[in-house]
Amino acid sequence: MRIALFITCYNDTLFPRTGQSVVRVLERLGHTVEFPLEQTCCGQMHFNTGYRREAYPLAKRFVETFADAEAVCIPSSSCVAMIREYYPALAHENKDAEMAAGVQRMLPRVFEFSELLVDRLGVTDVGAYFPHRVTYHASCHGLRSLHLGDKPLQLLRAVRGLELVPLENVEQCCGFGGTFAVKNADVSAAMLTEKTRAVLNTRAEVCTACDNSCLMHMQGMLHRQFAGVRTLHIAEVLAGAEDAPA
Amino acid sequence: MSPRAGQLVQLNPKTAPPFPEAAKADLRDTQLRRNVARATDTIQRKRGALVAEKTDWQALRDAGAAIRHEALANLDRYLLQFEESFQAAGGTVHWAANAAEANRIVLGILRERDAREVIKIKSMTTAEIGLNEFLEQHNVAAYETDLAELILQLGKDQPSHIVVPALHKNRQQVRDIFARTMGLPELSDDPEALTAAARQYLREKFLRVKTAICGANFLIAETGAVTIVESEGNGRMCLTLPETLIAVVGIEKVIPRFADLEVLLQTLPRSATGERMNPYNSIWSGVVPGDGPKDMHVVLLDNGRTRVLRDAIGRQTLQCIRCGACQNACPVYRQSGGHAYGSVYAGPIGAILTPQLEDMRHAQSLPFASSLCGACYEVCPVKINIPEVLVHLRSRVVDRGRRKLSSLFDQERAGMMMMAAIFANRRRYEAAQRLARTGQSTIHHGDAWYHWLPGMAGRWTETRDLAPLPQQTFREWWQQRGQQ
Repeated sequence: MRIALFITCYNDTLFPRTGQSVVRVLERLGHTVEFPLEQTCCGQMHFNTGYRREAYPLAKRFVETFADAEAVCIPSSSCVAMIREYYPALAHENKDAEMAAGVQRMLPRVFEFSELLVDRLGVTDVGAYFPHRVTYHASCHGLRSLHLGDKPLQLLRAVRGLELVPLENVEQCCGFGGTFAVKNADVSAAMLTEKTRAVLNTRAEVCTACDNSCLMHMQGMLHRQFAGVRTLHIAEVLAGAEDAPA
Repeated sequence: MSPRAGQLVQLNPKTAPPFPEAAKADLRDTQLRRNVARATDTIQRKRGALVAEKTDWQALRDAGAAIRHEALANLDRYLLQFEESFQAAGGTVHWAANAAEANRIVLGILRERDAREVIKIKSMTTAEIGLNEFLEQHNVAAYETDLAELILQLGKDQPSHIVVPALHKNRQQVRDIFARTMGLPELSDDPEALTAAARQYLREKFLRVKTAICGANFLIAETGAVTIVESEGNGRMCLTLPETLIAVVGIEKVIPRFADLEVLLQTLPRSATGERMNPYNSIWSGVVPGDGPKDMHVVLLDNGRTRVLRDAIGRQTLQCIRCGACQNACPVYRQSGGHAYGSVYAGPIGAILTPQLEDMRHAQSLPFASSLCGACYEVCPVKINIPEVLVHLRSRVVDRGRRKLSSLFDQERAGMMMMAAIFANRRRYEAAQRLARTGQSTIHHGDAWYHWLPGMAGRWTETRDLAPLPQQTFREWWQQRGQQ
């Protein structure tokens, strides 16, 4: 299958290894990855912070860039949620019938990374090896908008050498919330403290998730505390192999 | 201890400090945080168990949302129908455009009956309009009879939750308030002793005071009934013993039919207190000789609600049946408690209701007091898409600001505009990525993490480190790979 990768702006700039890992996993499974270079940002940050007017052209740009893709893979639940939940509304409120039609055609072909693997490609064992104690953080958008359920866990359970330990209060937000983390920095920090406490309680070496945004937030505090826990996007865990450890 | 402890909390959205500022102070109150986390955990656990036993829970949520939507879409008709049926049953309906009018109407009714004191059932609506304070200024004593409201009244405190208003107090703190104000130095903090003290304190008032003020959970258009559900029985006392009963009710509380209670009285108690059914369910359909009050009034309060109805996205806020489930589920409320919201309506529902009732002129920090995690929407028994309304209200706040000259100097706005311009063009975006890395190389060496950043980003590094930008973006790697 030809799979178009929407890497997302922050993964592109801050977490290139996540994108490299997505490519590695999909190619290992025998698929062809395409990367349309015109892509930039889905508009989520602007939309969620109240800059709806600025989000619209970015959304339109996304729809145009990926109009012809057979499948779009996005290693970020929150960007997928933005597209699914708010692109139709953005097209509607800007009276953009062309975009609305484009969104409708595109939506069934847009997948978050773990969704693509489990739902579209029908695989849970991607041939990965990752000999570490790992806990999984369910990001809010993955949990409540995409209803990922145990799809990421199915993928992690099939990884050789991986010891999966449950995270208590897994449904509770880590406090990132995009610009919330700086606009309400104190409440955000209090939420993050609860989350990192839960992570530390698992005694895991690695905390993984389908969103680098939550992981960046959690890693920010864990690093400050010299906690000895690293965060890794699920694609990086699944890219691990005997001959090329993650 | 909180920096705000000992100060009188005023829940006035027009004068309250912005949410981040108020929350910062309350976050330091260790007792408050423990109380809020414990109480919300307990209610959530009970709610979760009872929701799980309903196999048709999602269908009940859909039905509840449909009932509330129908009521709001035809509010003009249902309110007139309610007025007609309630008056036909011997009651009187009053219409109040705003808080001041509602307060004057209530005072007028009391003056006509020469009432100098009233007993009250817990009512967020009367808290919204500041009725107790208004009556006090006009020499009418209002006695709260709900246990939590009594605690707040005696402790000169304010509600922090719409269902459990004194949720931020634990029983040791309640004991201290009762011991001090009731003159009971020997009182223990045993819940039975505390409720016995409250009962003793209130019983004499129930028997003496001839006028009661309440709110309503629902007004039924079809039958002209006022519905009140409660847990303690104090409400039943207030509804049955006095001669005059005045209900102050927001216009959005009307529902079309008696049969609608079939749905709402299943979802409300489960969502609110984690009970299958409320211990006391009172449905008053007007005046009945020899039973209950002889003189019944309903004051229908607008106070900004009609304006909220005009907003196609915002209007779903009025579907709310005040169960408080969103407050219990909210990870922000869990940390900050309710007072930081600066309104009697705290938590996610307050974050969308208060700014709209204030016509977006006050409480503008509230739509931003959420990480948009969606836990509120998930538990809402009438399916109010709170995250959708939050981001909509954020855009209303931002759009108002666009017209102001000062917005030119707003760091966030400038950053957002710049980012929008960068993302609009691939070449500009790639240049910005390179520029950021070049900029980093002038101040940063090696792979050390940032512990300090300037400006708004500095709020991040107060408690969190930030990794430096990697040496290569993904797209650079991809293009390099293609060339090999």
